[in-house]
Amino acid sequence: MTIDLHGFGPALAAGTLMTVKLALSALCLGLVLGLLGALAKTSPLKPLRWIGGSYSTIVRGVPELLWVLFIYFGSVALMSQLGDLLGIPGLELSAFAAGVIALGLCFGAYATEVFRGALLAIPKGHREAGMALGLSKGRIFSRLILPQMWRIALPGLGNLFMILMKDTALVSVIGLEEIMRQAQNGVTTTKEPFTFYMVAAFIYLGLTIIAMTGMHFMEKRAARGFARANS
Amino acid sequence: MNWEVIIKWLPRLAQGATLTLELLAIAVILGLIIAIPLGIARSSRLWYVRALPYGYIFFFRGTPLLVQLFLVYYGLAQFDVVKNSSLWPYLRDPFWCTALTMTLHTAAYIAEILRGSLQAIPRGEIEAARALGMSRATAMIHIMLPRAARIGLPAYSNEVILMLKASALASTVTLLDITGMARTIIARTYMPVEIFFAAGVFYLVISFVLVQGFKLLERRLRVDAVHGR
Repeated sequence: MTIDLHGFGPALAAGTLMTVKLALSALCLGLVLGLLGALAKTSPLKPLRWIGGSYSTIVRGVPELLWVLFIYFGSVALMSQLGDLLGIPGLELSAFAAGVIALGLCFGAYATEVFRGALLAIPKGHREAGMALGLSKGRIFSRLILPQMWRIALPGLGNLFMILMKDTALVSVIGLEEIMRQAQNGVTTTKEPFTFYMVAAFIYLGLTIIAMTGMHFMEKRAARGFARANS
Repeated sequence: MNWEVIIKWLPRLAQGATLTLELLAIAVILGLIIAIPLGIARSSRLWYVRALPYGYIFFFRGTPLLVQLFLVYYGLAQFDVVKNSSLWPYLRDPFWCTALTMTLHTAAYIAEILRGSLQAIPRGEIEAARALGMSRATAMIHIMLPRAARIGLPAYSNEVILMLKASALASTVTLLDITGMARTIIARTYMPVEIFFAAGVFYLVISFVLVQGFKLLERRLRVDAVHGR
């Protein structure tokens, strides 16, 4: 069986590239937000704990699609005000930027919990040892805590990244030309919805397999020095 | 923030919430029923029994729900066999398409939860059941499934919350669930911030109630006790 894409192959390839770009950008934003969220949630300051807690609870309780729509359409008034302030008329958020913010926000809310778990899993003695050596607080975090957190958090973050990659399809709703949107374009001209959506499904499956393989190697690398004897 | 607009449109959003809850109820209940044989077959020791559920689960977990929904809602119309079948009145209806897709989607995830739970049952308990002369089927129904249900319940409640959020995709196939209703209202009022905020609150309240309900159920089934805590 051969699949005739009626010349939409390059468009789907461009869409795949856009999906990957979107996923990686949202990942970067989400990792930063997640780390900040986890630090806020474990902070000794009550207001910070409250902010971290509300962030992860509220964002996780609302559908990703609603976030995408909310940020894209809800930012219009805010952005035009900002545009007036900066002297740029007609300033607005692109579909790509809105997608990155929305998906990054959702990823960060779940990552907050993953990072928090990892943070709590590091023995207290390590921090105390750093303090006894006279390291500054920032140094202790960046040199002692963070590298160890990475290994513990990696499997959880990997799962979240798989979810993020599938959620990128939602950004097609606001018109970003990623895999789903390109497939829709193909459907409009050829009237072959099953063919195009099935091809899109297999592209996502391929991306998932690549991400899974990548995660496997990263986990293996992160776990070096922690090998167990074969029993 | 314009509160009057929110209050004015609250009844319509509540109407959307009933559709959201209907879709959610159908998906998580039917999904569970499909997932039981799927999960049992998935944890089989025979590769040819395992292969089919494995492929099913891999496909439904590896592709976005939106793609699956479009495959069912738009894709099936490509085949005349489907169009001429007696199921066509259901398969062209966005409600039944969404309910069907959500059910098949969540069944794959629940089957994975069930597999994990079945594998988490201590070997000794299954051996004890077999030593008492129970057949494999009897042990499965009376010992393993009740045990797996308790082990898997927290993960199942997570899945229900995830499906609540996934149900927002119904709005992409013209259904007026909470999100769909919000989009329709915004098209008329041009008040995206207020209406999306109100819609978000609806989802938060529903998920809060569900979480509390599952906590009660966990206490009733004494889930903490079977974990040896």
